[in-house]
Amino acid sequence: MAVEGLATLSKEELRKKLLQPDEITGSEILLRSLLLEGVECVFGYPGGAVLYIYDAMYGNPDFNHLLTRHEQGAIHAADGYARSTGKVGVCIATSGPGATNLVTGIATAYMDSVPLVVITGNVATTAIGTDAFQEADITGITMPITKHSYLVRDVRDLARTIREAFYIASTGRKGPVLIDIPKDVSAAKTVFRYDEKIELRGYNPTVEPNKLQVNKLVQAMEKAERPVILAGGGVVHAGAHRELIELVEKTRIPVVTTLLGLGGFPSDHELWFGMPGMHGTYAANKALQNCDLLISIGARFDDRVTMRVDGFAPKATIAHIDVDPAEVGKVVKTSIPCVGDVKAVLTAINAKIGQTASKEKWIAWLKELQEKFPLRYKDSDEELKPQYVIEMIYETTKGEAIITTDVGQHQMWTAQYYKFKHPRSWITSGGLGTMGFGFPSAIGAQIGNPDRLVISINGDGGMQMCAQELAVCAINNIPVKIVVINNQVLGMVRQWQEIIYDNRYSHIDLSGSPDFVKLAEAYGIKGLRATNKEEARKVWQEALETPGPVLIDFVVSKEENVYPMVTQGNTIDDMLLGDD
Amino acid sequence: MSGTRHTISVLVNNQPGVLQRVAGLFSRRGFNIDSITVGTSEEKGLSRMVIVTTGDDHTVEQISKQLYKLIDVIKVVDLSDHPMVARELALIKVNADPSVRAEILGVVDTFRAAVVDISPNTMIVQVVGDSDKVDAMIELLKPYGIREISRTGVTAMMRGTNK
Ligand SMILES: Cc1ncc(C[n+]2csc(CCOP(=O)(O)OP(=O)(O)O)c2C)c(N)n1
Repeated sequence: MAVEGLATLSKEELRKKLLQPDEITGSEILLRSLLLEGVECVFGYPGGAVLYIYDAMYGNPDFNHLLTRHEQGAIHAADGYARSTGKVGVCIATSGPGATNLVTGIATAYMDSVPLVVITGNVATTAIGTDAFQEADITGITMPITKHSYLVRDVRDLARTIREAFYIASTGRKGPVLIDIPKDVSAAKTVFRYDEKIELRGYNPTVEPNKLQVNKLVQAMEKAERPVILAGGGVVHAGAHRELIELVEKTRIPVVTTLLGLGGFPSDHELWFGMPGMHGTYAANKALQNCDLLISIGARFDDRVTMRVDGFAPKATIAHIDVDPAEVGKVVKTSIPCVGDVKAVLTAINAKIGQTASKEKWIAWLKELQEKFPLRYKDSDEELKPQYVIEMIYETTKGEAIITTDVGQHQMWTAQYYKFKHPRSWITSGGLGTMGFGFPSAIGAQIGNPDRLVISINGDGGMQMCAQELAVCAINNIPVKIVVINNQVLGMVRQWQEIIYDNRYSHIDLSGSPDFVKLAEAYGIKGLRATNKEEARKVWQEALETPGPVLIDFVVSKEENVYPMVTQGNTIDDMLLGDD
Repeated sequence: MSGTRHTISVLVNNQPGVLQRVAGLFSRRGFNIDSITVGTSEEKGLSRMVIVTTGDDHTVEQISKQLYKLIDVIKVVDLSDHPMVARELALIKVNADPSVRAEILGVVDTFRAAVVDISPNTMIVQVVGDSDKVDAMIELLKPYGIREISRTGVTAMMRGTNK
């Protein structure tokens, strides 16, 4: 980059220097623009089409780039960074295979509305369309899984494009935006201009809610005798947790949180009844099925929450607060829509709401259910139970850690047994259910939160989908505590095969997996193992006391299932509660 | 798909890929497209697409909301909610030996259509109108033997001064 020695400059001086209208290359424009957007770290992997960009990084003291070991690792790390900080995550990959390796990560972020700016190189504009070496139509491939995308054909459009991409990714319903930069564009020069103002005629997300909609919702809330709030990821995305607590304190409306909503409302609150849905708590599911008013706040009625839709919340009037109007009425018939930023809507409601109907009987009933049917498992002194491990992790960290998970049984157990107190402390792939997400996303979360304890909880299957990123933890001393809940099978698949496919276990045996302790050690990371409760407590304590990354292999029983469970085609109050 | 026919006018940025975005949205969300036309609009840099689709109210509402989520989409109007003019153009190449030409010309005349090409044994008939009229014209020409049909799909506009 043209500007040198910036690390010694103050923020303003740096800004001024970056904004100089120098004639610079597209690559330098990219780096300067990213710095001006406040990007702290870019996760990436180089290759032919991004060589000019990587060349511009060389020797640049202000630009932070983390080299992962796979592009999928880079984008999941950027995703974990974004979810845990609320800022835009940025990753970069080369054309062709580099770009296609990002596809799973883009879809993961898209499904969970995570703000990402994804930068790919492409072959030169003159070679596009010729099936050139490492050419892939990545804007075409990712069109259905991006909020928006750009193919920049002229270097003079680059700075504006980057500005727009950040704006689009981080406003309204957030999501990934892809910028494809052909090699000649990253080499071409133009005078740098970074315009603060953005004009996008076709993009005006509604922030402030319509007053009439708010009034109608407030009236319904005041009258309801058995209301329940279904809080989703939108609460976390909007940073509206305080407003939600205020609303609940004012109205005493019970709350359930979706998988992505965990942490959006404190789990130790007396009016929190857990997560509903396929593996939801008894009380949460009963709450939805028996409420007279269901207020969805930034939740999108995913099929894992509603299960059988035509029998979902049969007694309820549905109210839906969402920043995305297309979500309102998409899955369930909604009588009280309220479109706007969740924080703005809740603020408006809090200012307006008066005396509400007493719901103490309703609350008492839910508490009774909660007591009668708590989450439970059969503990054992012989073998280690996965739920025990999660409870132990919760108790020893008091709900203060940032937890990432992979996908499967361990993910559901973590959602059930780790009681989240704070938003942005729970990072999991909910919508796409992406195995391989758990570990690299923790790397990004740790980079974004250097002072917090970050724990990544993985299955022994998913751990092997991005295990190569152990190198990144080792070489950069990223102190993630990497937990493997090792049941030697693809547990969640095994569970379905047991319950739904009559014990016909097809291809779920993970024999041949590496010794995870040795695997960690091979990368120069401390590895620990536990096979019973006593060892578990001991090694976990050791892990917590060890600075730097540690991998802990908890060898647990194979046969454990996640309960409650609602099987497909059933309503959410039709729960299997487990064996005993 | 059940439901009624809707003619939706979509004002979009004239950007590369915008047609792919719109068409992709329809196929991904399971909305159907009976016809789609695209052309420039009254404003530089903007194009207008007219999409004819079939669906119930819920589907059409979703179509409109999902279209609005595309950054390049500026305005969506369901013209079927308003008095509108909808027109389609079709070129129909029909067998036309000298012996039947006069007869065909008679049909063409009643439809206020036009003959735009004549060869020794074929004619190209151009008809403009709503889709029913085009369908009817085609039906009437069928007995002579139709060789080729090319239809533009419907373009449409609201009547009156409201935009
Ligand atoms: C990339 C990907 N492939 C396949 C699946 C399907 N799948 C969901 S859970 C699961 C089993 C996961 O096993 P493991 O990682 O050992 O975790 P466990 O369920 O045992 O906790 C599989 C294969 C998926 N979610 N993602």
